[in-house]
Amino acid sequence: MSKNVLKVENVTMQFGGVVAVDNLNLEINEGEIVALIGPNGAGKTTAFNVVTGVYQPTNGAVWFNGEKIVENHPQGKMKSMYKGEHAGEYTGVLAPTPDKITKLGLARTFQNIRLWKSQTVFNNVLIAKHCRSTSNVFSATFRMNRKEEAAQRAHVEELLKIVGLYDVKDELATSLPYGKQRRLEIARALAAEPQLLLLDEPAAGMNPQETDELTAFIGEIRDRFKLTIFLIEHHMNLVMGISDRIYVLDFGKLIAEGTPAEIQNNQRVIDAYLGVADDA
Amino acid sequence: MTMKKKKTIFTAVVLAVLLAACVAVDLTLPSYHIAVTVIKKATVYALVAVSMNLLNGFTGLFSLGQAGFMLLGAYAYGVLTIPVAKRASVYQYFDGGAIQFSLPEIFAGFLGDTVGSTVGMLLALLVGGLLAALMAYLIGLPVLRLKSDYLAIATLGFAEILRAFFQWNALGPITNGSNLLKSYPTFAHATPYVILAGLMIAVILLLITSTYGRAFRAIRDDEVAAEAMGINLARHKRMAFIISSFFAGIGGGMMAMYMGTIAAAPFKSTLTYEILLIVVIGGIGSITGSVLASFLYIFSSEWLLRGLDSGKFLGINSPIFKNGFRMVVLSVIIMCIVLFFRKGIMGDKELPDLLDRRSRKRKKEAAGK
Amino acid sequence: MQELLPYLINGISVGGQYALIAIGYTLVYGILRLINFAHGDVFMVAGLVMVYATTSMPFYIALPLVLIATVILGFVIERVAYKPLRSAPRMSLMISAIGVSYLIQNLAFYITGGVPQPVSNPIPWISENVTILGASTKRVTLVTPVLTILLVVALVYLINHTKIGMAMRAAAKDFETAQLMGIKINAVISMTFVIGSFLAAVGSMLYFTNYPSVAITSGGMPGLKAFVAAVFGGIGSIPGAVVGAFIIGLCEEIIKGLGYTTFSDAFTFALLIVVLCVKPTGLFGEKVTDKV
Repeated sequence: MSKNVLKVENVTMQFGGVVAVDNLNLEINEGEIVALIGPNGAGKTTAFNVVTGVYQPTNGAVWFNGEKIVENHPQGKMKSMYKGEHAGEYTGVLAPTPDKITKLGLARTFQNIRLWKSQTVFNNVLIAKHCRSTSNVFSATFRMNRKEEAAQRAHVEELLKIVGLYDVKDELATSLPYGKQRRLEIARALAAEPQLLLLDEPAAGMNPQETDELTAFIGEIRDRFKLTIFLIEHHMNLVMGISDRIYVLDFGKLIAEGTPAEIQNNQRVIDAYLGVADDA
Repeated sequence: MTMKKKKTIFTAVVLAVLLAACVAVDLTLPSYHIAVTVIKKATVYALVAVSMNLLNGFTGLFSLGQAGFMLLGAYAYGVLTIPVAKRASVYQYFDGGAIQFSLPEIFAGFLGDTVGSTVGMLLALLVGGLLAALMAYLIGLPVLRLKSDYLAIATLGFAEILRAFFQWNALGPITNGSNLLKSYPTFAHATPYVILAGLMIAVILLLITSTYGRAFRAIRDDEVAAEAMGINLARHKRMAFIISSFFAGIGGGMMAMYMGTIAAAPFKSTLTYEILLIVVIGGIGSITGSVLASFLYIFSSEWLLRGLDSGKFLGINSPIFKNGFRMVVLSVIIMCIVLFFRKGIMGDKELPDLLDRRSRKRKKEAAGK
Repeated sequence: MQELLPYLINGISVGGQYALIAIGYTLVYGILRLINFAHGDVFMVAGLVMVYATTSMPFYIALPLVLIATVILGFVIERVAYKPLRSAPRMSLMISAIGVSYLIQNLAFYITGGVPQPVSNPIPWISENVTILGASTKRVTLVTPVLTILLVVALVYLINHTKIGMAMRAAAKDFETAQLMGIKINAVISMTFVIGSFLAAVGSMLYFTNYPSVAITSGGMPGLKAFVAAVFGGIGSIPGAVVGAFIIGLCEEIIKGLGYTTFSDAFTFALLIVVLCVKPTGLFGEKVTDKV
């Protein structure tokens, strides 16, 4: 039995009266590639945002490597509005900012690409190394961290070679074609030295050929960096091709989980995607 | 020769020439000459503009509190350096004031007159910078959580509060209330200003090109992405704010030196606006631009366009050339830059990048042939 | 209490004047998300025009002239300095506003020679002294709050019940969608500036009647304070701006009455910082959230 890396426990995320994620439970083990799928508006990105600390859940907890990193219970206005289950089970409040979670070893990409626009490809990756540098502002300003800086630059060059962006390293990030920008986002996340990589629709807007390349690429980086990968995706070819397990969300609720083969034959999943025909 | 080497040599040569020119001005012209005044004022503005650029241009925090931090630096400098013998006359309404020592005099006591008083003056500047930094830390706690324009107005408001405090009579034994601080030592020549401001700007430049500077720019470009990549927003914003204020404080101290007297009145929001506009003219995100724009701005307002105010300009006499006309012309030019040349003189390029453009052009031409 | 009474009456009056300026800020911010730093200077120019106009012609010609001149100024500022930057980042727009403020002040310095222009009884009747509850004051102090309320009611009617008002509300809600729905956005924005400048002109005439002179820096402080009032009330909300302005006017005068005149300005900004930190949306403001 491999080690449990991420555990989402009874997480509910409610915005006012709207329940975006409803009592979500999922687990990801070391070395797995796990996909989270579901129709538009099912709450997938919201779930990501809870795990990465962008949103504080209304109720529930998130564990990373056996350590509780996020916990919350309905407070303030939400106390009376809370509609989910497991109310009263969580009493603590643990709400680290996203940067702290990233430092624990959990890095992400964004659905709508969020690169640093005025920076070169090289700098985009190098900046992500900032959270791993040990220098303080004084030692960095007066260049007492030369060794570390050189090591970081070398590592960034290596990363860029791996993702195939080395030849464009001095271009502006925004001048790259779409597919390469997606790759750059992945390279940037890798530079933060994560153990768990979260990919939010990495193949969005890609053509079938690019998607196939990306599928191979994700498998490759998983092996090379000994990563665990959690991804949201709509391209079923990609999802079915590389996932070890799949979770399916619909209207914030988990409706199925299992291997790709199990999911493909699950009636509830088919209904959720295609809609249930009326009896009439 | 590699490009990098070329750039270093180019930069070094330009800087050396500028420094030599400044020394030459000092050696040949009397210290009251307009050229000396322009250099002094422009270097002070350059330092403050660069410090503002660090915050507004590189970190993307639109702060308008610069005048407040300069005020702190200026007062700290004045209060700590007025000779003890002259305190009775300066603080005539407050029984000679509460502070009865002077840093330059203390250091002159055991380091000799010239060295000692210089050390004391520099130390007073440093104290001013540290005070400004401390104040930035305190107000940064609540204010830095605010978004762009709210941050601007909150910092602007803070600067106004500070100004009110310095004019408060109850603080008179230290700040001299609404009266002037004067008779403190200053540098007569322009070179010390240039060297001092140059060193400070060099430090800011080193910061900007360090890993922290890159993190600041990441915050400017996309806060959400920066946070997701492990950059602690609160900590880095506070850091940028404190560092920028530190240098604004030192700039304020130098401004006090240049002006010869200190009152709270000149440190109004208009001063902040002026510096912000200089940053814009130079190019938001370019240190070279800020320095260049400071010199251009001060040179034209203090010297070149003087004639517009006194009735004769470029040999033309006209009744419209009367007091205030040069500032009108200058602000129209500024508006044109703001509206039509939004990148300013340098965009986000620096001095060494000037070589880049030319060599790239040359390459293109070569390829075209 | 008896000693504080004149300050209270004054506070309500000053509050009314701030309210008239604050509406200009709040309307523009509601649509363009821009702090119009030049608004305080428009206010100052209105005061200067009043001084020049009333000394050279009868007041029933002079006053409409002040209104027209100010409205034209507001309109021109928008067309020249803000319209070209419609698609630019917000920071550029704010810088442009600061540039305009700088330009107006320098221009005013040139025209006045930097000498504060004395205000001498520009509008008969309202500058006369009256006694109310044992406190002597100028009639303008009493006229201001009444006039303010009347104008605000008219404005609220305009915004809620006319076509242009509806367009303004739509533009404030969602700038781009409003444009796509065929609303002539430039006309709406111009209208906003026209209304804002008109009210500032009225405020200016009332405000400077109480002062001995108009200086080029006279607009800065009331402008900033009116802005604080707009933020305090919840920027984008007209009732908020009015309530905020009255509260600030009163508090300021009470502080003066208690003998801390130096801090009456500082108080306003302290209030601003507290409001921004505790409830950034102000008293009546709407909450906006960013999407990740």
